[in-house]
Amino acid sequence: MAAMPSIKSREMKIVQDIPISKTLQFWEGLKQGKVLATKCKKCETVYFPPAADCPKCLASDMEWIELSNEATIETFTHVVIRPTTFQQNKPYTVAIGRLKEGVRVLAWLTGFKLSEVKVGMKVKLVAKVSSEGNPTYEFTRPE
Amino acid sequence: MRKVAIIGVGSSKIGVRNDVNVAELAFEAFKPSVDDAKIAPKDIEFVAVGSTGAGAWYEELLPAVVSAEYCGLTGAGLVRCEAACASGSAAFSTAYWAVASGQADIAAALGVEKMREIDTPTMMEWIGRAGYYLWEFHNFGLTFPAYYALYATAHMAKYGTTEEDLALVAVKNHKYASMNPIAHLQNRITVDDVLSSMVIASPLKLFDCCPTSDGAASIILASEEKVKELNIDAPVWVAGVGYASGTANMSKRLDYVGLEASVLASQKAYKMANVTPDLLDVAVVHDCFTIAEILAYEDIGLCKKGEGAKLLREGQTEIGGKIPVNIDGGLKAKGHPIGATGCSMIYELAKQLREETVEKSRQAPMKNYIALAHNVGGTGHYCYVTILRR
Ligand SMILES: CC(C)(COP(=O)(O)OP(=O)(O)OC[C@H]1O[C@@H](n2cnc3c(N)ncnc32)[C@H](O)[C@@H]1OP(=O)(O)O)[C@@H](O)C(=O)NCCC(=O)NCCS
Ligand SMILES: [Zn+2]
Repeated sequence: MAAMPSIKSREMKIVQDIPISKTLQFWEGLKQGKVLATKCKKCETVYFPPAADCPKCLASDMEWIELSNEATIETFTHVVIRPTTFQQNKPYTVAIGRLKEGVRVLAWLTGFKLSEVKVGMKVKLVAKVSSEGNPTYEFTRPE
Repeated sequence: MRKVAIIGVGSSKIGVRNDVNVAELAFEAFKPSVDDAKIAPKDIEFVAVGSTGAGAWYEELLPAVVSAEYCGLTGAGLVRCEAACASGSAAFSTAYWAVASGQADIAAALGVEKMREIDTPTMMEWIGRAGYYLWEFHNFGLTFPAYYALYATAHMAKYGTTEEDLALVAVKNHKYASMNPIAHLQNRITVDDVLSSMVIASPLKLFDCCPTSDGAASIILASEEKVKELNIDAPVWVAGVGYASGTANMSKRLDYVGLEASVLASQKAYKMANVTPDLLDVAVVHDCFTIAEILAYEDIGLCKKGEGAKLLREGQTEIGGKIPVNIDGGLKAKGHPIGATGCSMIYELAKQLREETVEKSRQAPMKNYIALAHNVGGTGHYCYVTILRR
């Protein structure tokens, strides 16, 4: 940061209230251990992350479906240098997995040593509540 | 539509520029560009500004108006363009269309970014949020190095690209940056330096990443009639502009071994310019991380899919090879002042086409006098490709 002459800007704390009314079932589902997606009743496209409106046919009539929990890893990375709000976390692994419904999920991958993680590997998708109290989901070792 | 030429270019020194605020930095690039074009600010009817960090990385919310006032441009038509890391190219094409359509005879594209007024974790937080905050950052803390690391892992798994291959991009680009006095990182490095640098997001290490930079670049565009009227001796013509976009969610991309937006944008630009990749004399591509340069070779058709690393290993993208790429040091070493990068790419290509790079050691030999700029925004969220011709 500034080693040159400078003045400090005014300090401001910003926290946004992000609306989740239209995907409330998803957030509630996570607390009950379920990962839900939406499916367009008109064109049958499945959406994850869940969407209340269909970008493909522009219909807004969706049904909720529960996703299978078996995923295949398509790619991953281990994040060592972390942003401000993740400073208190240990380095984490992020992966993208494909589900049999055809959708992909991006989430943390836990329960493996980094050297064990390979593209093409089978993992399990689970819903959970994070240590910070946020409903979330992650990939982990299949039983 | 009218023919449009670049008649003036200017750039600031890129790097940690805590000696200037955003408007002062813009001025450093703007002044030489109007001098180059031999015009005055009042001759410019329309200005498109590329800047991404307004109000976040630096204090001003409306950098276009503060920069325009400071550069004597108040009164001109004015807009700020956002296309993440391709904001500079978005500004360039907006200014291009203003002239091509006949709305303005002279327009300016001004890219300016200040990234170093905040600490590194906060910078990584802001950039990381620039994917899909709700679905990818909120719970998972994706950073930009991590996003591109996802591409690197997939490309390595599918095509056998190695960490050494990635390192070669950094070695090449640092080499050319060492010959470029405006570059942020001017040190030469070795493959071992890259491999032994700290892991940021595996498999990417510190030297696989572009630095966070402050910088500005300014481009003056004019119609064919104005070019004649002003007696411009070396106009550089805009032959093609192509653009496309990709999904906000990384999980919805087609695959992780290329950027669909780059493929589409380059095809559009080649078609408009009526050129093929083999006719290019020089290219600048979006190498925010080393893997991105390899993806770019493949996506814009400099080689076949999966053969990017081979092209690099053979030295074909060095001066003397088939197609010199990023011989200004690239984002990797010249630096990546996000919203300024697109204009900085055009600055470099105009200098190359006019055969007036200050440093003769990094002048690409010109056969067809055709050059290409490839600028990605986000993780493939936006792509702009521009083809220039002398
Ligand atoms: C890689 C990164 C985390 C390093 O941040 P940092 O640790 O704060 O880096 P600093 O600027 O403090 O530099 C530390 C040292 O490493 C060097 N350095 C920093 N970044 C470097 C890079 N990318 N390549 C080579 N050397 C680098 C610096 O010159 C400095 O050396 P010095 O101490 O001898 O002066 C940060 O630059 C980054 O996030 N880069 C990517 C930016 C990005 O995502 N852009 C958008 C892409 S589309
Ligand atoms: Zn539908």
